[in-house]
Amino acid sequence: MEIRPILSAMWRNRTGSVLIALQIALTLAIVVNSMFLAVERSQFIGRPSGIDEKNIVTIASNGFGADYNHDATLEEDLRLLRALPGVVAATVSGHTPLSGSGSASGFRASMDEDAPNQSGNYFEFDHQADEALGVNIIEGRGFLETEIISTEHPDSERMPPQTIITKHLADALYPDLPTAVGQRLFNNLGESSEIVGVVEHMFGSWVHWENLENVIWFPVRPDSHRTRYIIRTQPGQRDRVLNEIEPLLADANRTRIVRNARTLEEIAGRSYEQDRAMATVLSVAIVLLLTITGLGIVGLASFTVRQRTKQIGTRRAIGARKRDIVRYFLTENWLMTTLGLILGTVLTYVVNYQLSEMFETARLDVWYLLGGMAALWLLGFLAVAGPARRAAQVSPAIATRNV
Amino acid sequence: MFFYHLRLARQSLAKQPLLTALMVAAIAVGVGVCMTVTTFLYSISGDPIPSKSDQLYTVRLDSWSPDEPFHDDRPEQAPWQLTFRDATALLESDIPLRHAAMRKAVFTAVPENDDVAPFLTVSRMTPNDFFPMFNVPFLYGGPWDDRFDETAGNVVVLSKETNEKLFGGEDSVGREARFGDDYFRVAGVLDNWDPNVLYYDVNNGPLNPVEDVFMPFSIMGAREINGSGNTNCWKDEIIDTYWDLLQSECIYIQFWAELPDAATRERYQSWLDGYTDSQRELGRMERPNNNQLTNVTDWLRIREVVGDQELAVWSIAVLFLVACLVNTIGLILARFVAKAPVIGLRRALGASRFDIFRQHLVEVGLIGFVGGLIGIGLSFLGLIGVRKLLPDTADVTSLNLELVAMTVLVAIAAALIAGIYPTWRVCKLQPAIYLKTQ
Repeated sequence: MEIRPILSAMWRNRTGSVLIALQIALTLAIVVNSMFLAVERSQFIGRPSGIDEKNIVTIASNGFGADYNHDATLEEDLRLLRALPGVVAATVSGHTPLSGSGSASGFRASMDEDAPNQSGNYFEFDHQADEALGVNIIEGRGFLETEIISTEHPDSERMPPQTIITKHLADALYPDLPTAVGQRLFNNLGESSEIVGVVEHMFGSWVHWENLENVIWFPVRPDSHRTRYIIRTQPGQRDRVLNEIEPLLADANRTRIVRNARTLEEIAGRSYEQDRAMATVLSVAIVLLLTITGLGIVGLASFTVRQRTKQIGTRRAIGARKRDIVRYFLTENWLMTTLGLILGTVLTYVVNYQLSEMFETARLDVWYLLGGMAALWLLGFLAVAGPARRAAQVSPAIATRNV
Repeated sequence: MFFYHLRLARQSLAKQPLLTALMVAAIAVGVGVCMTVTTFLYSISGDPIPSKSDQLYTVRLDSWSPDEPFHDDRPEQAPWQLTFRDATALLESDIPLRHAAMRKAVFTAVPENDDVAPFLTVSRMTPNDFFPMFNVPFLYGGPWDDRFDETAGNVVVLSKETNEKLFGGEDSVGREARFGDDYFRVAGVLDNWDPNVLYYDVNNGPLNPVEDVFMPFSIMGAREINGSGNTNCWKDEIIDTYWDLLQSECIYIQFWAELPDAATRERYQSWLDGYTDSQRELGRMERPNNNQLTNVTDWLRIREVVGDQELAVWSIAVLFLVACLVNTIGLILARFVAKAPVIGLRRALGASRFDIFRQHLVEVGLIGFVGGLIGIGLSFLGLIGVRKLLPDTADVTSLNLELVAMTVLVAIAAALIAGIYPTWRVCKLQPAIYLKTQ
């Protein structure tokens, strides 16, 4: 293979070659880092919440005025919701998981100074909570209907007699015990509840919180300021139920406002809105940049071919086959791409290092780099293939003109 | 002369339409992507109140636990909010020109008309200083009188939208509006007011819309109104009654002061230090004095309204523009080198190097200008896309004139930067060599 003449041609046009290599290098650095950040975001969004998000709808009810009777309203609402065709279960709740709004506090295994303590996200649920969320209670049991406490006290953060916690929290608080069921869960004031059940896995309210998997259930009815219903439907029934619940509850009782009938999917989608936007913006940037770079190579290669028409004709006239001409341009491009990729590898790591230093993003996984290199090799090949084929069509007779 | 250059540039560019289109496209896409991201970040991080941002200070006292700082990672920062006790005490000072202690709460608005369903409104409870302090525009009426603040009177200022819903948009000043079971007299109705960032309360969703109604801060304690928004507590104290909450070490009040000059600020700072010293004697404020006055722009920076993730994306957007420029430099260089024979001819006919230089700069400038115009279009589409992706923060992504102008300037500057090296190369050509082959 005739590498020498290619190198010398590249050397004569070194600025052009360096520019292409630089372009490839920058493209690699941007594409690999963007892809890495975008995939990281997508994986973050895709984490399983443990909750049957696809089949759940929620609705809020806020009582107002002197005529409003909180307990009676809750009982009637839940009766109506549970009787609705297609509804599997429904629970009342102060907050909606994954919604970005909730309550958290510190919890501990005992009041000993050095006992494990954890921040956890607590929810007020009733006895249908496990069914309504579609989560598994793997140890102990769910709440009994008789355990649900009715409270009119707005600021109550006191501990009820029973509680259910997630396995994640149980493992952190009672690492040495085979099960947390039967243990007592303390708040920082020294009050405690008996743990009657352990949930396999579920997310709390704030999807960006590090303690997202520390969830505590209390068998308590929320006060009238923040009452929501979480309703799980049979597959395929969700959208119908969503449309029915708002008029159903609004007509049943006019001393309150019914609002925000939403699917849990929509609520979770909003919580991840910025992550999704970031992943999308980065993906669009990747596609645009690959397009621009690809077209740039096509443009430059076509240009070079036109510049060298006479030279190609001469080579053809003295015996070079079409194949040789194509191979010449492919090799030249391959050399420049490879040079760019070597430069780009360094640049990719520099960018990644800078990003991780300045913005605390994660360090790059090497597979992204290898993938990006493969993609750019392919792109370079495809971009130059057309111009190279056209170069091969140059007639040997061209060489005889203008002499 | 400029127009002559421009005409030549146009002719020369038209000769190779595909290559020209590629160069313009590279600049347009680079500028479009970069400006989309920049506009978005600029609009959420820019100075929301330029005329006063150096006179408005958020006030913070370090009332946190003696055992640990409020922020483990940033121990130098005082807590973000104040306790009710401290906020009330601070309102007694007459040093600031204006000041406001604030909290959010939710009220049910009940329209007079039975056909209109009751709806929830977000209320900001604040003294009347709030309105002149933050340059809040009024459509009807104005802030309530001081006596309402002093007596916790039932008075309200409505947003334009709330007035629309309750009174059909009429001048409702003096009328009664029902919230829950109580009636509030309307003192004023706001005109459109839409700061990009809710800088006076970044604790509770900096990109949220402005509140629906405003009521005196004093009604909160007097009527035991349950506030909403972030509450942080450190002390293990029993909070059973509303009074317990008011007297607790929990922080949930935002506090702002208008301090017109450095002398006032210093006086206020030493007054605050004196206040915390006196509280320490009462057994509170066990941490060393760390009372902070932070102006609007510093506050947004400290609270990282534009977070790391956004800045990472912005860095990538800037690199993206650089990559597009390198692409353009390559294309321009190739084009100019190809034009060498023509340049040789022109030089031989008497054009100076400077003429050639100018000619080519005009040519790349033209590429930049057209690229910039298309880039504006792309930014516009990009922002529509961002708006689709972030429906809750829709309002912060409008393209303003300043940024449109900046986009074009960035594009032209980018093209000139991209064109300088190729242009310089072209000027250095020896005309004789190229004349030979003609």
